[in-house]
Order: sequence, then C-alpha cells, then structure tokens
Amino acid sequence: MLFSAGGVVSAMLMPIHVLLFGLAFPLGWLDAPSYEHLLALVRHPLTRVYLFILCSLPLFHWAHRFRFTLYDGLQIKHLNELINTFCYGGATLGTAVAAYLLWRIP
Amino acid sequence: MNNPTEYLPRSYHTRVSTYWWLARWAYVKFILREASSVFVAWIVVVTLLQIRALTRGPADYAELQNSLRSPLLLTLNAVSLAFVIFHAVTWFNLAPKAMVIRLRGKRLSSLAIAAPNYVAWVVISAAIAWILLRG
Repeated sequence: MLFSAGGVVSAMLMPIHVLLFGLAFPLGWLDAPSYEHLLALVRHPLTRVYLFILCSLPLFHWAHRFRFTLYDGLQIKHLNELINTFCYGGATLGTAVAAYLLWRIP
Repeated sequence: MNNPTEYLPRSYHTRVSTYWWLARWAYVKFILREASSVFVAWIVVVTLLQIRALTRGPADYAELQNSLRSPLLLTLNAVSLAFVIFHAVTWFNLAPKAMVIRLRGKRLSSLAIAAPNYVAWVVISAAIAWILLRG
C-alpha cells in the first residue's frame, strides 16, 4: 500500500517540483520565489504535512521497487537481508530525517 | 502423504544471467521503468536539502541555489525530470490494468481510467506552480 501511495505521490507531485526547482529556477526560465516567500510557505503546518508526504511516501515506493529490481534485475536475491535493510531502512531513515527537519523549522 | 515434497523431484532452475534484461528492448524498458524509482529517491534528497537550507538561513539557501546551477546538478536533475515524468506516464498507464471498473456490465476503457489521472496531474501541477510563483 505504501508502495502504491508513494507511486501516486511521486507521479502527481514530483514532476512539477523537479521542473521548477531543478530546471526553471536555476536556469532563470522563471523567477525563483524569494527566500522569505518560501520560508513563510514552509512554516505553515499544511505545507509541512505536504512536504512530509512528498518526502516520505516516494521513499517507500523506491524501497519496494528497488528491492525487487535488485532481486530480479541483478539476480541477487540471495542477498535479501542486506537488500531489505538497505531499502526499507533507507526509506525509514529518510522519513525520520524529513520529520526532524520539518519539525525544526523556526 | 504428509510431505509430498519428499517424493516429488525438485524443480529445475536454470541459472539466469545478471544481464538477462539486455536481451530485449522490452526488458530494458522494464528495467528503466523500475530504475526511475532511484531518481524519485534522489529528488527526495534534493527536497530535504532544500528544507534544511531554508531552515539555516538566506545565505545557506542562496548557496544551495547556486549549487543547483552547477552543470553536474543541472544535468542530474534534468535526467531526474525525464525519469520522474517517465514514472508518472507509465504509472498512469498502468492504472487501468490495476483498477477494473465495470459500468452496466461493460468494462470501462483504459482511456477512461488513465485520462482522469492525467487531468488531475495537470491541475495539481498548476496549483503547486501557482502557490510557488505568486510570492
């Protein structure tokens, strides 16, 4: 279920984020939002929840998908304990980092 | 027969090469689709870095914005964009296979299920862009 939800979140929300923050703003196609505007946005509890979802769910989507890609793609299913720890552990760690960062916004 | 596996021969597994997926374009496309998840994870990392920089102050944020202009990160993020869009398109196109909806006995066409996803995608993206750009 987390995989599914993560898939939907990354499909619906990520493209515009990457387009804007990854290309449009750095390349000057569009005026980047000011630091003040972004900080104000990020302070709002709704934005923090949104960002938490944006950061956490896609990680679990990655974890699940990458685990099976490693199993089936590289035929290394025998390393499953290592792979599972890396994938799901990584996603959990990322989620914890996201929660910490979003909690600590001044 | 308490334990039939004692009496049945073990199944024969051929050894599969690590490069099995290179044999056909269809397999390569599959692996590429799954690999898109790596770029999804990278974008989460970028987002977390942005949040951290915002918390630390305008100087840190400006520094991060500068690094995002470096050729390396621009290229990486451009590739990520391509893969994230690829993920979205393949995901929406899979939705009809995962959700079979029947209306009055007839199965709803693939387009009828995939299309609302695309519409939602455009609307949501526009909303996010508006929120970010209006300040």
